[in-house]
Amino acid sequence: MKSQALSRFRRNKVAVASGMVITGFVVMAIFAPWLAPFGPLEQDLTNNYARPSLENPLGTDELGRDTLSRLLYGSRVSLGIAVSSVIIGVFVGAVLGLVAAYSGGVVDSVIMRVMDVMLALPGILLGIAIVVVLGNGVINTVIAVAVFSVPTFARLVRGSALAVLQLDYIMASRGLGASGVRIVLAHVVPNSLTPLIVQSTLQLGVAILIASGLSFLGLGVQPPNPEWGAMLSKGRELVRSTPVAAFAPGMAITVLVLSFSLLGDGLRDALDPKLKHR
Amino acid sequence: MFLALLGTSVLVFFMIHMIPGDPALLIAGIEAGPEVVEQLRRDLGLDQPLYKQYWSFLIGALHGDFGTSIRMRVPVLEEILERLPYTLAIALGGTILATLFGITTGVIAAVNHNRLGDGLVMVIALLAASTPSYWLGLMLMLVFSLSLGWFPSIGIRTPAHYVLPIVTLAGQSGGIISRMTRSAMLDVLGQDYVRAARARGQRESVVIVRHALKNALIPVLSIVGLRFGNLLAGTVLVESVFAIPGVGRLLVDAVLWRDYPMIQGTMLFVAGVFVVVNTATDLLYGVVDPRIRVGAT
Repeated sequence: MKSQALSRFRRNKVAVASGMVITGFVVMAIFAPWLAPFGPLEQDLTNNYARPSLENPLGTDELGRDTLSRLLYGSRVSLGIAVSSVIIGVFVGAVLGLVAAYSGGVVDSVIMRVMDVMLALPGILLGIAIVVVLGNGVINTVIAVAVFSVPTFARLVRGSALAVLQLDYIMASRGLGASGVRIVLAHVVPNSLTPLIVQSTLQLGVAILIASGLSFLGLGVQPPNPEWGAMLSKGRELVRSTPVAAFAPGMAITVLVLSFSLLGDGLRDALDPKLKHR
Repeated sequence: MFLALLGTSVLVFFMIHMIPGDPALLIAGIEAGPEVVEQLRRDLGLDQPLYKQYWSFLIGALHGDFGTSIRMRVPVLEEILERLPYTLAIALGGTILATLFGITTGVIAAVNHNRLGDGLVMVIALLAASTPSYWLGLMLMLVFSLSLGWFPSIGIRTPAHYVLPIVTLAGQSGGIISRMTRSAMLDVLGQDYVRAARARGQRESVVIVRHALKNALIPVLSIVGLRFGNLLAGTVLVESVFAIPGVGRLLVDAVLWRDYPMIQGTMLFVAGVFVVVNTATDLLYGVVDPRIRVGAT
């Protein structure tokens, strides 16, 4: 069954290509110090707003920092925020969803109504609200994006948990004396895994967009940290003076987000052929 | 909808009150004596229990009183209403453009299913959906105002000023609506009644527009409604790019200046509009598709 999914995935050239692109970004993030010609904070005020050259292939910004180097180091920040916030979101969301599905009744309604209210707010607004409370910075940006992801996962897990909980073998297992925790961990969680993996992949792209948007507004990751959105916060001046330096970070975001959504689609098709969309 | 609005107000209210620090101290300034701060605290009702504060906040908000801005010393609602026209114009323009773009390209893709046109449209739609709006805005500015000089780059004085912000805002939603239209159209085009219409010898254009598109529009409509709310929130980013003094910019400035009544007001306002529009979409859904009636089940 697993190998079938793998061979289905391999046949999907687009998904494989996006997986490779993402791997490329991960490699960039890990080896940034060796790949980057300069440090991410290294300033050269005599060489600010420089056009692309051999020394600075993507030009420099207002403080004469090398755009290519900042872009490479920035992949650490952007990927790091996306991955950690989605992991937190999945974990908290899954716990809430499982508790809601297993308890039912009042607990279920209270948890899901709160999730509904959170989903009723547009993502960027919820992010801003959380940053207002916690303040800005890398950790708080992670928390803001994680909180935004929680309701999506809570709903997803609750839905698949409810579907599993009413199956006959759960009843059988309960009849054999299995505890609630055991039923959830041994039967419900493995059965919710496929949609969870697919949704997490898709959510990684969304997380990057929200985190970089917050940072662009000056509410998320703060300069001089080379987050891709924060690199564009001086956007207008940058566009006027060094268009390439403004082009590169946004292009990186677009490519990465696009890859995550194509990979997510590919994973869905491979893991769950029933859901295959055209 | 009522529940969602109430929930939003609770969320916004308590969020603001979870912030460490004393608003009275903030308003009075560092040099103010303790008795001044105490007086201010009483005036603002901050010495009351939290649930009473929430109650008066809620009653005030329902009467259109969102408090007074700390930074600008004007009523919050007044400032919001003054800036609203810009934001509304961009959000509405963006929604209309995204819908037109999305439906047209979605239909083209579905009709040319698995051919070149389909692939091309899907690449564009996916790209549009993955591009951060603020960066798209910067790039449009670079090409169309700095290089070609066709449109002004920042500010919002003439109709020409609206073009780039609207296109920027529409990008992401246009891509999403396009994908949605395509899959809805593909669903419908495989239905028996479409085959029956073709069998009767209807012209292909009639089949596509009158039989297929009309039915495919129902799911698309709900997405359009949802997108409007997102576009409204998206103005936060686009207004920053193009230096437009709208509600979105107001919110960001309020956050940067820690102007809490203003944050509370703008947040509640945008979230409120978002919730109302989503509910209206649900209701409209029932009008367009008689099979669905809200609350009927």
